This record gives sequence, structure tokens and C-alpha cells, in this order.
Amino acid sequence: MTAPRIEAIAIGTSAGGIDALFALLEGLPVPSRAALIAVIHLPDGHESRLPEVFGARLGFPVTEAAPGALAHPGQLHFAPAGYHLLVEPDRTFSLSCDPPVLFSRPSIDVLLASCADAWGPALAGLVLTGANEDGAAGLAAVRAAGGLAAVQDPVEAAYPTMPLAAIAAARPQHVLPLAGLRRLVQEIACP
Amino acid sequence: MGSSLADIEIRLLIEAVYLRYGHDFRDYAPASLKRRVLQARERMGTASVSALQERVLHDAAEFARLLQFLTVPVSSMFRDPSYFVALRRHVVPVLRTYPSLKVWVAGCSTGEEPYSLAILLHEEGLLDRTILYATDINTASLDKARQGIFSLDHMQAFTRDYQRAGGTRSFSEYYTAGYGGALFDRMLRDRITFADHSLATDAVFSETQLVSCRNVLIYFNRQLQDRALGLFHDSLSHRGFLGLGSKETLDFSAFADRFEAVSRPDRLYRKKP
Repeated sequence: MTAPRIEAIAIGTSAGGIDALFALLEGLPVPSRAALIAVIHLPDGHESRLPEVFGARLGFPVTEAAPGALAHPGQLHFAPAGYHLLVEPDRTFSLSCDPPVLFSRPSIDVLLASCADAWGPALAGLVLTGANEDGAAGLAAVRAAGGLAAVQDPVEAAYPTMPLAAIAAARPQHVLPLAGLRRLVQEIACP
Repeated sequence: MGSSLADIEIRLLIEAVYLRYGHDFRDYAPASLKRRVLQARERMGTASVSALQERVLHDAAEFARLLQFLTVPVSSMFRDPSYFVALRRHVVPVLRTYPSLKVWVAGCSTGEEPYSLAILLHEEGLLDRTILYATDINTASLDKARQGIFSLDHMQAFTRDYQRAGGTRSFSEYYTAGYGGALFDRMLRDRITFADHSLATDAVFSETQLVSCRNVLIYFNRQLQDRALGLFHDSLSHRGFLGLGSKETLDFSAFADRFEAVSRPDRLYRKKP
């Protein structure tokens, strides 16, 4: 039996995450075979400028995920600041103001668990550098749903806590430095 | 692909809650609802969602506990301060032209939003002629809101957002420390009528000039969003105002053509003639 084609890549990261995400994605061709969805923890009370910052340097569209909008292949969607980002079973985005999870809103766990429900085996979940354990439970949910789990090598990560927790909880198929994760994203999403 | 076992159990629980207690979560957005149900199951200590269903069907007190998880009360005063700045700038001048005013805060949770609006209206000289209706489906939240007591721990953040929202006084004028928290001024509380009302099952109850419903529609599916927007449209008087949460929009709704944007970034809309 061949593995199903991966249709979405959900990425979570925290401290050191902006640099890591640029290293992962900058210079890649349009990832037209998969929707990219990302949560980066940012300090509270700041409107996210991530779509502008990344949109200026990536070669494909970058948006703030809007409730009701579809997760688009070939685009990177960021969670808005101060809201949890979820994907519904019909693969549209929804937001919630529920309390922070592990002091985080948006929470990587919330995103990954909802994506695991929406895509099942057709999802790849990536957890990169970060200084808390958000994302570990979510990545375990990705694995449980039959999806592909990949974690940045903690040796390379600027902050290894998040990758270490994700590795312990999810037993991911891949533990790779950013260069290896970048090749993985390219294989999955770029024709 | 068939539904997962958890999805089946959640659907049955929601149906059971509707049939037994009349609370209708059937048109809530599934992803957040699932997360809340699973959290309730864990915290209420049942082995499965089906076991949770059995318990709440037979015990109204247990349903009351479940309801607290399904309607997680999260709120703060002067949340998104620029919304209140926009209200002062665009809405207050029009409200001044009315001899009496009614404002509806839909989904008021524990009351932070209606108290914030009452303070704003007070400072604009309009509170004396205003009745605020603050509604929610969670009666425990409404009871808390009626008391008007908020944790002192929050006052620093509330004060900061009050100032950012265009507040010109000392925020501490509005409350008295004591009673295990900050008790808000009676003059504010007296203008607010708290009431149990469901956007999913109830009808319009009054004509209003301003409806503020922020971060409530994000939990609804498209159909229920349109139902709620229909209630707001019916409730609003000629050229009345509607305020939504900072990430909510009318753009894809059945009511996109029935309102015009007053301040799109602040999600302030006005009923078209």
C-alpha cells in the first residue's frame, strides 16, 4: 500500500522560529501540491506582521488565515495573533479565543490536532525550535491519525525544548536538521 | 471515509443535550467544539464521551458543569482598544442624536464587554439615556456578570487597555477594591440588563441602535452565523450599528449587502437604508 499523497503541511515553532522558518522556506519554488499552515508564538498584545514579513521574502503568497477561508495549496497561512487557529473537517479555517494552551495562543497543539482530524494521513506536521512543550501533544495526534511527523534536530535547534518534547511524545518518522526538513517540504509540496 | 468514533460520540452528545436541555450546539464549528468536549470529558473524569452523555442526560447538575466547558467564558475589558476608539469616533456622534438608546451585547460572557461599553457611554454623556442588554446562554456567567466583580489581578491590563481605548480618567474611579476583587460602580451595573438568550434558538427581543457581538460568531458555522446576523439586522433600528470581533467579517455572509463598513479594520458596520 502506498502512502497517501500529503496535501497539507502544518508547522509549529516558538523561540528562534522566525529564522528557522525562513531557513525552511526561503527560496523554495511554489509549494503548489500542499497548503502550508504555521503557528509561531509571539509576545502577547502585538498584531502579527508575519504575513508581510514573510510575504516580502517568499516566492509564493503568504496570508493571515481568515475564518471560513480554505487552506490553499501553494500558499503559507499564518495564525493571527491572540487567536487559536483550527482547520475544520471541510478544510476551512476557524479561530477560537479559548484560553491559552501551555501559555500559548495561538497554540501549536490546537492547530496540529485539528489538522490531524481534517487531513488524517494526508498531513505532515513539523515542529521546529522553541522553548516550551507546545506542539508535542499535537504532533502525537498527527501520528495517531496516520500522518507524517517531522521534528527539527534538537542538536541544531536554537531552543531544543520544543523539538525534544515533540520527539518524546510523537516518535516522529523524521528528526532532521532544517536543511533536511527543507528537502522534505520540497519533495512533498513542490512539483 | 466514515466518521471517527470520537466524532460520532460528540455528535450524539450534542444531539442529546439539545433534546434534553434545549441548548443547541449543533451548528457550532466542529473543530473548537470537539476540543471543548474532549476537555470536558477529561476534566469530568469519564472514560468516554458516551459515558459523559449518559451522565449529563440523567443529572442536570452535571449538565451545568458540562455547559461551563462548552461555553468557555473568556473575556477582558476594552479588548482590542481600537474598537472602542472607533466607537467613540464613528458611532457616538450618531447616538447623541437619539433621545433614548438601546445597546445589545450578544454573547456577553462574564460581563467585561458590557461594563466596558457602559464606561464609554458614561464618558460620552450617554449612559443616562441608555439601556444595555447583555445576553448569554451561560447563566453562571450571567450571575457573575451581574455581580460586577472582577479579579484585581486583571486591573492592570484592563487599565492599560482602557487608556488605549481613549479613556480619559483614572480607571480606578470605576471600581472599589474589596469583596474579593474589584467591584464596579453601581451606576454602570444599573444600566445593564443581563438576560439568558440564545442566538441559536431565541428571537429578537428589542429594537436597538447598536449591537456589539465580538468573538462569538467565530464559534458558529456559516448557517448559524447567518441566523445570528439576521437577529442583529432585525433588532437594529434604521441605520443602526453592528460591531464584530477583530477577525470576524460580514464578507462571506448572507448579510454582506445589508450593511456598509464604517471602519473595516475595526469591524464596525452600519445597517443600510
